[in-house]
This record gives sequence, structure tokens and C-alpha cells, in this order.
Amino acid sequence: MIFAETLVKKYGGTAVVDNVTASIAQGKMTTFIGPNGAGKSTLLSMVSRLLSRDGGSVSIDGTPMEHVEDKELAKRLSILKQSNEMSVRLSVRDLVSFGRFPYTRGRLTDEDEQIIDDAVAYVELQEIENKFLDELSGGQRQRAFIAMILAQDTDYILLDEPLNNLDMRHSVQIMKVLRSLVDDLGKTVVLVIHDINFASCYSDYIVAMKYGKVEMEGRTWDVIHPEHLKKIYDMDFQVQEVNNQKICVYFS
Amino acid sequence: MKLRYVLLLLGVLAFVSLFIGVSSLSITDLFSMTEEQREIFWSSRIPRMLSILIAGAGMAVAGLVMQQLTQNRLVSPTTAGTMDAARLGMLVSILFLAGAPALVRIGTAVAFAVAGTFIFMFILERVRRKDPIFIPLVGLMFGNILGSITTFFAYRYDLIQNMTAWLQGNFASVISGEYELLWLTVPVLLFTYWYADRITAAGMGESFARNLGVSYRTVINTGLVSVALITSLVVLSIGMIPFLGLIVPNLVTIFRGGHMRKNLPYTAVAGAAFVLICDIFGRTIIYPYEIPIGLTVGVIGSGIFLYLLLRRGRHGS
Repeated sequence: MIFAETLVKKYGGTAVVDNVTASIAQGKMTTFIGPNGAGKSTLLSMVSRLLSRDGGSVSIDGTPMEHVEDKELAKRLSILKQSNEMSVRLSVRDLVSFGRFPYTRGRLTDEDEQIIDDAVAYVELQEIENKFLDELSGGQRQRAFIAMILAQDTDYILLDEPLNNLDMRHSVQIMKVLRSLVDDLGKTVVLVIHDINFASCYSDYIVAMKYGKVEMEGRTWDVIHPEHLKKIYDMDFQVQEVNNQKICVYFS
Repeated sequence: MKLRYVLLLLGVLAFVSLFIGVSSLSITDLFSMTEEQREIFWSSRIPRMLSILIAGAGMAVAGLVMQQLTQNRLVSPTTAGTMDAARLGMLVSILFLAGAPALVRIGTAVAFAVAGTFIFMFILERVRRKDPIFIPLVGLMFGNILGSITTFFAYRYDLIQNMTAWLQGNFASVISGEYELLWLTVPVLLFTYWYADRITAAGMGESFARNLGVSYRTVINTGLVSVALITSLVVLSIGMIPFLGLIVPNLVTIFRGGHMRKNLPYTAVAGAAFVLICDIFGRTIIYPYEIPIGLTVGVIGSGIFLYLLLRRGRHGS
């Protein structure tokens, strides 16, 4: 379990993340939702140690985060940020193979190659695995980054807007892959997602943030409710049940 | 192209280069050299060829490392002030440490190169515009400021001739007993190869690197010190070879990609071959005189540099 307690991040006096306490349930998919600037990405960055915090603490499986070594953490927790500009000219396979770096420090075994093969296959990039990233479309690149995270094979997987640049088919495909990581392999997946319906249909828990604070958290089924959503997003929602899933309609 | 073939080509070029020069020494003389020819062969031709290979490989790899660490394909020891800083360090060592042991003077040049590179990185981190063309321009300006300081003091102390010699790299003065310093580049090169994966991981960006458990700062600092070491060793023993660290890694990356452990051997070999070709060119074009290597590499290099800039501008990325 990841437990974040009274986390604070300030930029120039303004708290972007303001005293947030949240726990991430083990072996579940938790999605952070909320309007732009709510502090979701900042929170994710602090939890994954990419960003220093101005207050509070984070622990992973009961150990305070600062007691875990960098190399060790990379085998337990992975994070993919939302903007991924890369100037290094890597091929898809090279990129994915870097997911094995925490284990191999660069010397790949046959087992690693197999894991890389699987990760590339998961995101359906086998045919272009030798192409360079700068030759791919935004969606293909995004899938390549996700494959790298898959190859990293960590218990905790944090993805900041992983559906960026993806069309519907690939969005669904990525969500299914993530779902199976949770259901079949017992991984803990934490997401930031803007499309409320992807959050509603795939995640176990939802944490809604607004103005740097947690507005609401709970089981997906409970959070997805017109009143709650109106409080979070300041707009009207209709929620309908389709095939036992809650679908939000917010086009007015 | 297989590395094997590239190496073979380099070998042939290197062999041919041994028989170009003012003193007559042809391939047919190889097994029947006179005393004088043997002297020239071992104390001039061989050191020259080896120093070209080492300096070429060194500067190309230094450029590659720098491009990865700064995440900018147009940064190299020439466009980051590293070379100019090394030269300023040499001036300082000539002015103030004339009596000091060689190691101290070398250390001074290296220290200046390291400091210059870190100042560039400091500026880079504070520049708001991360425009890929803007950054090397800042580096060039920074280098020119260092260069003018060097020139100013060189004028005042009548050292212009010395400093100009270093401004334009020259292999003509390479003789055994005076270029051996350059060999120190080899262990640094081997180190960068061993360190290559970490450098590429850092080149993927801070969040990627840290996600992979790579300590970003350490890798950046270690890499930059390696670059400064290589650069100052080359500047000390040969002189400045501009643009080499820019063109060669970029050309190799276009074909081989940027995974450093995979393209470093190619970059090193291509760098050596490029300098060797420029050197042969410079030695034959106005035979029996020769054009300094800094000039040939500079002319051909700036042409290719311009091409890369324009190509970049057209694609808008």
C-alpha cells in the first residue's frame, strides 16, 4: 500500500497540493480525477519521488519513501509522466528494453528479452519495434512508453494521463491491459485520467481532487454520481447505467 | 554497415596516411627503410596517425555524450564553451604556473574545462527558451566570451602565437615524446562506453531517468567531467578541432539511433575516420605545405553544421 499523509507542494506561496492525505489500495486500480490544476499530477510526482515535497510524508508498504534506495524503488514503483518529449533517438525496442534497466543495469538476459517481447506485444507494436520514436505517431509513441513501464514490471504503476494521444480503440486496449495487470498479476495501478467514463468503467477506486485538496474519494460506483460530479467539476452531469457500468453524459 | 567493415576502412585509411608527407617514404620502402626513414616513421608518422585516431574518436564521443546529457543535438564541446574554457586554462597555466610540473598545468586546463562546462549547464538550466537552436548559440556566445578573455591576456603577455597555435588544431607538430598525454583519453573513452546506458537513460529526461532508478545528477556530472577531460586532453595535445563533436555523432545517430551503447563504437570509429580523411586532405591539397586540421574540419564541419540547422528548421523540430 502507498500511503500519503498531509502532503503539501507550494509554488510561490500558493499550495498546489494542500494537505492531502490519501491511501492507494494494494492490488486495485485507483484513478485520480478532477479539473485542470487540481494538483493530481503534482501529487503523483510527489508520491513517486520525482518531485520534492514541501510537507507531509509518503510510505510504500509501510516503509517511509526516503528510506527506499533509488535502485530498489525502481523495481517496485514506476511512473510515466504526461508529457514525454524525448530527444534521444531510440527505437521502440531500445526504449522498452530500458524498462529492464533497474534489474540488469543494461545487460539483458534471455528472460529480459522475453519480457521486452511481451511488453511490445501487449501494446501491439511488434511490427514497428525497430522504428525510431521520432518516426512514430503520438499514439504509437505513447504506447511505446507504456510498454517500457510494463517491462519495468513493478508492483506499483503510476501513469499520468496514459490515454493522451490515443484513439478510442487503443485507449480501451491500454485500459484492458492495465486491468489485467491488476486482476491477473495483482499489480497496483494508479492513474490520472480526464475522460470520466474511462475512470468510471475501469477503475476500482476514484480520488477526486479540486484546488489541491481531495474533494471526494471512494469506490468508483459511489463517486460517480451527478451530485458529486457537479461539486467536482462545476457542471451538470447525467449518469446512466449501461451494461452495469455508469456512463456520464455531460454534453449540454 | 557492419562495424567490422567500418573498422576495415579506417584501418586502410590509417595505413595510407602513414605514407603521406614531405619526407619521401612510400609503401614500398616499408621493409627496407633507411635509418632516417625509420626515424620519421616511428617518431612522426605513427604518432601522428595514432593521435588523429584518438583525438577524432575522443571528440566525436565527447560530442555524443554532451548531446545526450543536454538533450540537445546541437550541443558539443565547441558549442558549449568547453574548448574555449580549456584554452583559457592553458593560458592561465602558462602565465602563472610556468615552473609547475606538467601534471599541475594539465590539471589546470582540465579544471577550467570542467568549470566552463558546468557554467554552461548552469546557464542552460536557467534559460527559459529550450529552443534547440537557441541553446548552442548561447554556448557559442559563452565560448566567445571566454575566447576573448584568453586573447586579451595573451596579447598583454605576448602569448598570441602560442594561443593561436592551440586555436587551430594541428597534427603536424605531433612527435613521439610530446603527444603521449593524449593516450589518457583512451581510458576515459572506455569509461563512457561502460557508462553508456546510464548516459542514455539521463538523456531520456530527468523523470524517465529517475523512474529507472538512475541518479540523474550523478550521471550528468560524471558525464560532463568525462567530456571536459577528453576535450581538454585533445586541446592540450592537438589544439581545438571545432564541430567534430557536433557532426559525427549527429550523422551516426541518424543511421544508428541514439542508444549510446550501440552507437558509441560507430561514433568513435566515424570520428577517427573523419579526422583522418580531413588530415589526408589537408596534407595533400597544397603539398608540400599543409593546412591545419582545425581549418579543414572547421570548413567541412561548418558546412555540415549549417545543413543540419537548416534541415532542422525546415522540419520545425
